[in-house]
Amino acid sequence: MNWQPVIGLEIHVHLKTRTKMFCRCELEYGAPENSRTCPVCLAHPGALPVPNGRAIEMTMLLGLGLGCEIAERAVFHRKHYFYPDLPKGYQISQYDEPLCVGGKMTLATAEGDLEVGIVRAHLEEDAAKNVHMGGAEGRISGADRTLVDVNRAGTPLVEIVTAPDIHSAEHAKRFLQLLRQTVVELGISDAEMEKGSLRFDVNVSVRPEGSGELRTRTELKNMNSFNFAAKGIEREILRQIEIYESEGEVVQETMHFDPGNESAPPLRSKEEAQDYRYLPEPDLVPLEPPRDLVERLRTELPELPAARIKRLADEVGFETAEGLVTSGRDRLYERVGGDRREVANVLMNQFAATGIDPTAVNADELAKLIEARERIPRQAFTEALAASGDENFSAERFLGDGQISEAGDLEPLVDQVLAANPGQVEAYRSGKEGLLGFFVGQVMKETEGRANPKLVNELLRSKLKA
Amino acid sequence: MIDTLRLTAEEAAGLIERGEASAAELHRAYLDAIDERDEELHAYLTTVDEADGEGVPIALKDVISTKGVETTAGSKILAGYIPVADSTVAARCRAAGLPLIGKTNLDEFAMGSSTENSAYGPTRNPWDPERVPGGSSGGSAAAVAGGLAPWALGSDTGGSIKQPAALCGLVGLRPTYGTVSRAGIVAFASSLDQVGPITKTVRDCARLYEIIAGRDPNDSTTVELPEAVAIPLAEDLKGLRVGVPKELNEADGIEPGVSDAVNRAIELCRELGAEVGETTLPRSVEYGLPCYYLIAPSEASSNLARYDGVRYGLRVGNGDIRSMYERTRDEGFGDEPKRRIMLGTYALSAGYYDAYYGQAQKVRTIIREEFAAALEQFDLLVSPTSPTVAFPLGAKTDNPLAMYLSDVLAIPPNMAGLPGLSIPCGLSESLPVGLQLIGPQFSENLLFRAGHALERALGFDYVPERLR
Repeated sequence: MNWQPVIGLEIHVHLKTRTKMFCRCELEYGAPENSRTCPVCLAHPGALPVPNGRAIEMTMLLGLGLGCEIAERAVFHRKHYFYPDLPKGYQISQYDEPLCVGGKMTLATAEGDLEVGIVRAHLEEDAAKNVHMGGAEGRISGADRTLVDVNRAGTPLVEIVTAPDIHSAEHAKRFLQLLRQTVVELGISDAEMEKGSLRFDVNVSVRPEGSGELRTRTELKNMNSFNFAAKGIEREILRQIEIYESEGEVVQETMHFDPGNESAPPLRSKEEAQDYRYLPEPDLVPLEPPRDLVERLRTELPELPAARIKRLADEVGFETAEGLVTSGRDRLYERVGGDRREVANVLMNQFAATGIDPTAVNADELAKLIEARERIPRQAFTEALAASGDENFSAERFLGDGQISEAGDLEPLVDQVLAANPGQVEAYRSGKEGLLGFFVGQVMKETEGRANPKLVNELLRSKLKA
Repeated sequence: MIDTLRLTAEEAAGLIERGEASAAELHRAYLDAIDERDEELHAYLTTVDEADGEGVPIALKDVISTKGVETTAGSKILAGYIPVADSTVAARCRAAGLPLIGKTNLDEFAMGSSTENSAYGPTRNPWDPERVPGGSSGGSAAAVAGGLAPWALGSDTGGSIKQPAALCGLVGLRPTYGTVSRAGIVAFASSLDQVGPITKTVRDCARLYEIIAGRDPNDSTTVELPEAVAIPLAEDLKGLRVGVPKELNEADGIEPGVSDAVNRAIELCRELGAEVGETTLPRSVEYGLPCYYLIAPSEASSNLARYDGVRYGLRVGNGDIRSMYERTRDEGFGDEPKRRIMLGTYALSAGYYDAYYGQAQKVRTIIREEFAAALEQFDLLVSPTSPTVAFPLGAKTDNPLAMYLSDVLAIPPNMAGLPGLSIPCGLSESLPVGLQLIGPQFSENLLFRAGHALERALGFDYVPERLR
């Protein structure tokens, strides 16, 4: 039997606001522990949440970017559980009336467009950070003691939930990359996994190809990179298929990956039927986004990555298009004139290797450089690319100065090479003309490849004749 | 010599204005009165030695966070908790120059109707120390009635200002929900909690309300007052239509002496020029209390989740987190908070939410509509505040339901978000009887006007007979 994987994603993104979601504490990654706290985020008696208007706008902007409806009315709920990282004993989140609902994002694939439904995008607050000291598993059970850093508590967090529309680990990974690029371009998040400003959980199940059923799913948590996620999903798909093929049943469970140890098998926990006792947050009034604000935000939307990939795919193929867009280099690509594939290739290869910020590059100069690529030495080209992010970068310098094209500059070198190899000169003059390449190579070596090869040839020939 | 038993806040302000007494002298006079009488009454949990401000001193219920002054909410779990910031109402009192005399006793987390649920021992009624002052703002009421404060702030979730004001012969205002900030008020049931004044006169009440009311950016549920507070002058009720809701005046358990005093006050409304008629609130009175006892405990179970021993307050045990939570909350909370946490947790559980909390919210809408209909016919509604006068200590402590019924008349308008003013309207068995005046949202000025006119005509003496 052929099996079809069914994958849904839940993505959490920290919003890049100046202050927290419900208090005015400043957000600063890496600030000293518990230095960004106040009675509200420490849940002192009587402290009340005051919503961050900017975070609400950012969430709506994202919702619009994902093609969602912005709800006429959205309600914050309290989600209850006891844990030391949750100062109030509840998290303020959204439940049955989220801010953004019913969107979709299109992923261009080799098999055509894949539409991934966005079930909802809602706004909530992040929890504090528990630091477990001692113990083997880095978890609260077994730890010698647990310290709490409340700096992160109250960081505005958007949760995006997709429909189970993804059917391969590769597509899941590419969807995540595309979504990441989208939030970065909207300017609402840094979305950096290593800082925890982008986190995601993956729900995986499999079903017989062609069937529409949804079987028991497992949840993969704590994955720290897109590649790791793709591997984890792949492994989980195979595991489930194996279970079904040996007449077994998949059990609903959560798999916690240890971000520090990618090769270790995940820790499993049976899905506990958590009762969060959702309660409409009585300290906040429902959000009723003014329609004119929604429309204004809609006009502020830039052309988003998914659309740009679609547009560029015709010129360079969707894989390169996707690479350009998700690496943030497609804007530069569009500004650099010249052969489309050539420009795309350089940007995705040699230019990518330089790590230069594409927005810092003068596109016209880069175009000149790429245009001259075949005519100048590889070394010079690489050096020029490495300098392309400099403030007064000029391609001219590398096209001209990079190559030694003056006969006067090369003659002494040529003489030097000939003087150093009297035997070979003798042999050449007695008819072994194939040795010309040897002399050219020596000159090139001396000039670190920058000598104009045509000129070197000419000089050598004339001097060897004499 | 300052007669703290008789002196109103307005008169105290007059003394200061005319230079006859300083704020510090007044403050000292109240501390002396506390030394003299609070051993018996136990109205205060904390007193403040130095007068900070040039205005009329004030007592604050111990759910009102005060910067640098211990705030316990009457609970062991908050013993020693010192707020780092003032609540908005405390800050407004401070800005108005009102020196803090101290923090008053209350039922733990404002849960109760007699102040017997305080973890720090009960408060006694200045009219009869064998009886309760009502609750949960019993400490504030006893302080004002006993001459230990010229005025005080309480908080009212299900009658906790109106009922103790009634039982202590005082004026108490539960303001329209959303007019007074809850920022920094130890939360009980967020959708119902409101801070309000407990005073000797309606004019004092209006003056204090003026100080504390108005929108607060730190409380998203507050609004700007639609009109400025008017200090009442009127001595008649001409042009006012006063409705007497049958169910609020004939409910089971209303003592005959209470009915008599209230009926005389209703008759007086007529004499003062009001048009008096009967009206009806059948569902509000029947369902108000049961719905309250779903909504308030549900929100309480949530609001009290933060007391976990992790960041401040009591912590019992170490090591295993579960056992630390359990022991801290077991030893830190008294019976009534535990009872309500259990009720509320149950009512919010998956599968029960719709039947309990959800249903109660729907009924709340019905109650709101029923009051709105009655208040289209009438400018204000009247009833007893409490079915009984002050009851003896211990009389209801073993029977929570009997205790809950003490608020059966005060709760329905609260469920509708409406303001209620309780004024003393006479005595029954030598104990004060409260008259509840209910108006539409934001009708505080109307309540003050009517309350003031009645107060003048009634001539009630707020000094407890045994202390005169």
